Amino acid sequence: MKKDAFILGGKEFTSRFILGSGKYSMELIKAAVENAGAEIVTLAVRRTNTKKGESILDYIPPHVTLLPNTSGARDAEEAIRIARMARELGCGDFVKVEIMKDSKYLLPDNTETVKAARTLAGEGFVVLPYMYPDLYTARALADAGAAAVMPLASPIGSNKGLCTREFIQILIDETELPVIVDAGIGRPSQACEAMEMGAAAIMANTAIATAGDIPAMAGAFKSAVEAGRAAYLSGLGRVLERGAAASDPLTGFLRD
Amino acid sequence: MQENQFFVDSPRLGEKALVRKHLLEQEPSCRGSHMEYMEGMEQIHSDIMEKVQKQMQEYDYDRYTAADVRQALAHRSCSLEDFKALLSPAALPYLEEMAARSKLETSRHFGNTVYLFTPIYISNYCENYCVYCGFNCYNDITRKRLTREEIEKEMKVISDSGIEEILILTGESRSMSDPEYIGEACKLAAKYFRNVGLEIYPVNTDEYRYLHECGADYVTVFQETYDSDKYEALHLMGHKRIFPYRFEAQERAILGGMRGVAFSALLGLSDFRKDALASALHVYYLQRKYPHVEYSLSCPRLRPIINNDSLSPLNIHEKELCQVLCAYRIFLPYVGITVSSREQKHFRDGIVKIAATKVSAGVSTGIGDHESKYEGKKEEGTGDEQFEISDGRSLRQMYQDMTEEGLQPVLNDYVCV
Repeated sequence: MKKDAFILGGKEFTSRFILGSGKYSMELIKAAVENAGAEIVTLAVRRTNTKKGESILDYIPPHVTLLPNTSGARDAEEAIRIARMARELGCGDFVKVEIMKDSKYLLPDNTETVKAARTLAGEGFVVLPYMYPDLYTARALADAGAAAVMPLASPIGSNKGLCTREFIQILIDETELPVIVDAGIGRPSQACEAMEMGAAAIMANTAIATAGDIPAMAGAFKSAVEAGRAAYLSGLGRVLERGAAASDPLTGFLRD
Repeated sequence: MQENQFFVDSPRLGEKALVRKHLLEQEPSCRGSHMEYMEGMEQIHSDIMEKVQKQMQEYDYDRYTAADVRQALAHRSCSLEDFKALLSPAALPYLEEMAARSKLETSRHFGNTVYLFTPIYISNYCENYCVYCGFNCYNDITRKRLTREEIEKEMKVISDSGIEEILILTGESRSMSDPEYIGEACKLAAKYFRNVGLEIYPVNTDEYRYLHECGADYVTVFQETYDSDKYEALHLMGHKRIFPYRFEAQERAILGGMRGVAFSALLGLSDFRKDALASALHVYYLQRKYPHVEYSLSCPRLRPIINNDSLSPLNIHEKELCQVLCAYRIFLPYVGITVSSREQKHFRDGIVKIAATKVSAGVSTGIGDHESKYEGKKEEGTGDEQFEISDGRSLRQMYQDMTEEGLQPVLNDYVCV
């Protein structure tokens, strides 16, 4: 199989597993990098906004690309301010735009996300927007200059898996941008399934953070993402939804 | 609970004051209506109070059975009926199962983090007669209002200890601690801390907006009890007596631009099951109306105060408190839960692993005594405390203890936008 690089914002990555933010611990970051092979680690800017010695930044290995997110932002303006703050903190140009106006489900606000993406892309950020999987929004984000789209699989932290499967498939089929499935992936099998569908990468956090054995679960995700990617690249065999295929054609009797 | 267990006459009260105090205690007709807004109090015409009170009045917790509790625990998401079952006496035998479910929800929404903060009391003057409170205007305590310089000195001491989130508190006296005075304290706090919260007397929307502009972003108001009749019998005089104005404080704070609001009843003042139901529903209905806001619940229990050490939370023991907190967590999994130093070390260490997400550390409820408490320096002219605390751990000790419990202490998770 030829080399399968994952390119994002002009940067080449080998791993297609991204560690999400949220439930952070030293053990989790270590497991994500060493056992899951993560080369991109998300971090909430609001958690880096702390005194020296407490910042998550201190715990991230130097070869890992930081993906600061704008969690806490309730509209485009706040997200833009947090992104600029991340750049000033030395987090680089990657930014995951997260705009939520609902403290209960933390669902992304697509309209505000498009606005923020446009401004930030204009300022040279590599914009990775967290979004509800809607085709029109994905197109608008592409037009705004986003580097990928990050549709949610199910509500964040829920571990419920690919609830939005059909809609994510539409994004994969219809947009040119890499589709990184974010939020709600609860098991390695779900990560594998998303990769089989043609997702460019998977982002997860809670599934690993809440596992009984964090390093072992991180390793399981690595294998699942790689298996799903290999299956996608090799071309999945056809899957019958119902009935069986007759080995002799039913219309074989037709003569002329 | 009998209200007269609260009544303490100080020998230093003059005859006229004593007559007035006794009249307020014994003659309800002298107190004025607790449901009528006083002059200057903003009315926002919200329907939340009516909704909460209706549910509270209809709640008959003895109606729920073990089967209701088992069903509630089996449901994927917790309905209002399920929550009522989980708060009922029938749920007590299921406390371990509730704790397991609660732990799962907490870890899904918050991971293994625990947030640390400290309160700073800047004034203990009060114009209210709330019979259970150490700051009440008839209680003979040393009063103190910190000057700007004293506030800054206190904040520096606290900041040097490593604290990044502060909660500014005052007694409820508009004349001794007006919004401008509190605003100045917020501006100072914004210099020393990442995150500034307020627990002050309720104010109007424009005043909340002013305080927000000064640097505060979170507002805590305790309703004390959601039982209006009981509220009337415990809050005999002052602005705090006005039940609806207090109830609507969080909504005005939201309208004033605050990012987060916190709630609680003082459990043990009245029927704690009904008060817990009302506290959670206060959050639940406001969240539906203002989904962008961050919500949190506290769970204070009544504590002894200066000149009255007989106060206790009566029928809400640690087991019941744990039940309430697990029920909160299962019904409102996304809401922060704070457990204050009113509770003892063993309870706080245990509950942060199940339901709570925030604890205070390095606490003093006195006025201007942080330097003596933190650094052992002798200070004179400090103000008396609001209530006795039960867990006096310093930030350093709390940080270490939480880490040893397998939790990740977080000093700040906030960025001002």
